[in-house]
Amino acid sequence: MAAHRCRYLACLLLLFLSVILVTMSQETTLGHEQHATAVDDPQTGAETKQTAEKPTVEEKRWEETKVKATTQASDTAVLSKTQVNEDFQEELVIRPLHSGDIYASFQFRTVWETDFMKGNKVSHYRLFPKSLGQVISKFSVRELHISFTQGYWRTMQWGQPFIPSPPGAELWVWFQDSVTDVDATWKELTNVLSGIFCASLNFIDSTNTLQPSASFKPLGIGNETDHRFLRYATLPREIVCTENLTPWKKLLPCGSKAGLAVLLKSEKLFHSSFHSQSVHIRPVCQDRQCKSSSWELRQALNVVFDLHTSGQSKREWSLFKMFSRTLTEACPLASSSKIYIDVTDNPQEEQFELSPATPLLSQAVVLGDRRTFSVYDLTQQVTFGTVRSLNLMIRWKSSEGDMLRPLLHAERYVTGYGLQTGEIHTLMYNNHPFRSFPVLLLDSVPWYLRLYIHTLKVISKGKDNNPSYIHYQPSKDRERPHLLEMLLQLPPHSVTEVTVQFERALLKWTEYTPDPNHGFYVGSSVISSLVPSTVAMETNITMEQPLFSSFFPCKEESSYFARVYTEPLLVNLPTPDFSMPYNVICLTCTVVAVGYGSLYNLLTRSFQVEEPNPGLAKRIANVIRRMRGVPPL
Amino acid sequence: MKILTLLSVFGPYLFTDSVNIENSAGQFFSSGHTNNWAVLVCTSRFWFNYRHVANTLSVYRSVKRLGIPDSHIVLMLADDMACNHRNPKPATVFSHKNMELNVYGDDVEVDYRGYEVTVENFLRVLTGRLPPSTPRSKRLLSDDRSNILIYLTGHGGNGFLKFQDSEEISNVELADAFEQMWQKRRYNELLFIIDTCQGASMYERFYSPNIMALASSQVGEDSLSHQPDLAIGVHLMDRYTFYLLEFLEDIHPSSKTNMNDLFKVCPRSLCVSTPGHRTDLFLRNPESVLITDFFGSVRKVEITTEVLNLTHPIQRVEGSPVNGESHREVYSYVDQLPVSEIIHQKPKQKDWHPPDGFILGLWTLILLVFFKTYGIKHLKHIF
Repeated sequence: MAAHRCRYLACLLLLFLSVILVTMSQETTLGHEQHATAVDDPQTGAETKQTAEKPTVEEKRWEETKVKATTQASDTAVLSKTQVNEDFQEELVIRPLHSGDIYASFQFRTVWETDFMKGNKVSHYRLFPKSLGQVISKFSVRELHISFTQGYWRTMQWGQPFIPSPPGAELWVWFQDSVTDVDATWKELTNVLSGIFCASLNFIDSTNTLQPSASFKPLGIGNETDHRFLRYATLPREIVCTENLTPWKKLLPCGSKAGLAVLLKSEKLFHSSFHSQSVHIRPVCQDRQCKSSSWELRQALNVVFDLHTSGQSKREWSLFKMFSRTLTEACPLASSSKIYIDVTDNPQEEQFELSPATPLLSQAVVLGDRRTFSVYDLTQQVTFGTVRSLNLMIRWKSSEGDMLRPLLHAERYVTGYGLQTGEIHTLMYNNHPFRSFPVLLLDSVPWYLRLYIHTLKVISKGKDNNPSYIHYQPSKDRERPHLLEMLLQLPPHSVTEVTVQFERALLKWTEYTPDPNHGFYVGSSVISSLVPSTVAMETNITMEQPLFSSFFPCKEESSYFARVYTEPLLVNLPTPDFSMPYNVICLTCTVVAVGYGSLYNLLTRSFQVEEPNPGLAKRIANVIRRMRGVPPL
Repeated sequence: MKILTLLSVFGPYLFTDSVNIENSAGQFFSSGHTNNWAVLVCTSRFWFNYRHVANTLSVYRSVKRLGIPDSHIVLMLADDMACNHRNPKPATVFSHKNMELNVYGDDVEVDYRGYEVTVENFLRVLTGRLPPSTPRSKRLLSDDRSNILIYLTGHGGNGFLKFQDSEEISNVELADAFEQMWQKRRYNELLFIIDTCQGASMYERFYSPNIMALASSQVGEDSLSHQPDLAIGVHLMDRYTFYLLEFLEDIHPSSKTNMNDLFKVCPRSLCVSTPGHRTDLFLRNPESVLITDFFGSVRKVEITTEVLNLTHPIQRVEGSPVNGESHREVYSYVDQLPVSEIIHQKPKQKDWHPPDGFILGLWTLILLVFFKTYGIKHLKHIF
């Protein structure tokens, strides 16, 4: 009996083990099949049908995958139509400046044919960064422009930048029509962006937010522009450093690992005269007919390297000297990756020499001028040569030739003395010899500088220049800044001066910053204008245009849109003395003097009765009596 | 009989397995924490306080190197030294002279900077009472199984720490903040390091359990700085943190160094001040506490070779062509400076308010005077 039982037990065990083994093997084979189907072709709908009938038609599925492998050529065409259309381009423009400095402008553009707005939740992000996509859909953003700049762009020495930006941080946003409470959405948006870019954008509140009424029209497509949905704010005090560059680089599809972004090393970028990084999101036309829109994300980085601080005696620039890196490959996710060197002033190579030489040349109309560029295409392997790395060198042979004066530039400064009053002067120069053009000046002054608008004067060439449009919104203490917008016509070859007097306010002692003796910043004025151009501008923006020439849309051929920023102002407000030892000494001395003094008086003062002073007659009588020897009255 | 044979077959297997389970369970739960956070604060402003920023950044660097990710670090720097215009080498902060080690690096994320570093923000971060729109990177999202490292540096005195030359935090406030954290179950164990003058006074008042504190100097002593760099022109680091950094450079994510070594980091001969520590509130023996329990983020990972079946394959949603059917209107770019439109733009109509105050009073006065002089019956000549 026991023997039977033992055998029975052993058989049971064996059966159990075999069952386990079989199930395990089945699982692994199933797993393999799942892998194969997932990897092969995730797009077509036919696949899903097949996987539903998986247990019975395994062999048929393997055959299907083989067939798919051979017809891949025709499939890619089908794929590109049903696939979501995303495109990434990168470019670097290097422009030698007349003063010996060199201007490098990076632009990275991602275009995505999707709709964040119409309810379908976008959840599959490939090239477009997810953090920005979520910001757009959550806050119903129509356009977003944010820039961080260190340094001031010197228009007189350097010309016009491709993408202008004011010192500090600047943020302007157009919201969609569906937003009901724009101010609350704006506040939340600034907080979220401060987390994304590691900047203190949460200091943007109602005391520095503006709602311009005519400037800052949307740069993307759209049919109506109701300025109630526009908000603009600038933080002139904001510092830009590696902690802002790091999250900016992380938004790029290739990060800083491949393509042009490997050149972005913070130690070299911040050791420069000017550094600006910006993010621009807007809807653009997909093609010439412009029947549908796609979202465009542009990340731009402008930097101007100084000839003298980089410690070299002769005028010679190379990628290695500028960025301490050379290029080895283009970003694999980019459809185009190019470097443009501006050689307009160097048609026969008499000014500088470019090496390695490149046969590609291209012309583009940008900033009202036709410029010629030598192009290096990084997607072609031949650009990198035999050493597999590209180190562009520009060597100067002669240093003559003058720079064309820029047609429009502006200055701003404060005059006056003392800590009570002052005057703000804004100067706008029109250097065109015979044409005048319109200019829209946007001035914002914080509430603690009380403007006397009745002293506002606009003078060109010695005569009054009446603006054709003025919008002034006075400030409210601790709530709103001053907003002044004027549309002026600048006469040719002239200087227009706008002056307004102000008075400084005394802040409450808790409102001072920890370093109040540094001063308080006033944001830059913005001057938007239609500058006449020397060549006909392109009015249709297409996808094939180089990125630097397609940022501002153009409606007419004879002029181009330019935006110029003035310097920010630094004004001193009357500051109480916060120094602790002085206050302690004053307080102690006062307490001691009042307390001890009164106590001493109380303890040691004795009172004596005093007779009132007798009249003149009585005094004379007393004198006579004394002379007589008789006691006085 | 059957049961006996069954047991005899499976018994040894079960026995060895249970021992293994106990061992791994023991290992898993000995430290008691499942995630690590760090709050690193530099409270001084101005260029001559370069060393405080360098202190904080060197601890940040060590903590990142040992595994705590940026999302779990709240870094507060009261001033910007790296891109300061007085810095001869921009975008760098050095800790050793002759510019040997750049603690700022290329991959740094500062959560609170400049004027945002205030006592209020610091206490809000610790207690979690932040406004709802604060982004995640600025929050301390710890739970009751988190080990938190808190590092403070700046100028301090007996019982207080100065924030940005304009306000101070006292040791009582700090102790209360930690008690709030304990009551809200926001930490499992807390390591508090402070590098200021008279630093030991800051941890005198703690009364919440599971806090270990270290300070660079006792009450009545000053913490001194280490060495100046002649090219940069300021002192680069404080002594205590300099030797702490040297000690931490030798630690790697799997090292077994314990807290007793950390207490011996800066003897009086090197530091000139006497570093102090406090362990009476800590439940475990400092000898069994690893450095990486606070400075690193060692996660227990179990690798499996099993293949997991997804219940059904991921369906790719056939996105309806978003531009197709709906509207065929042509879009266009907006005119950037439509001069004629702007000139004829009517100014925004403010809501009409009835005249108030001064104007109303003035009109009332005029009407009164008018009626007084001419009398009401003469009104018919006017109307």
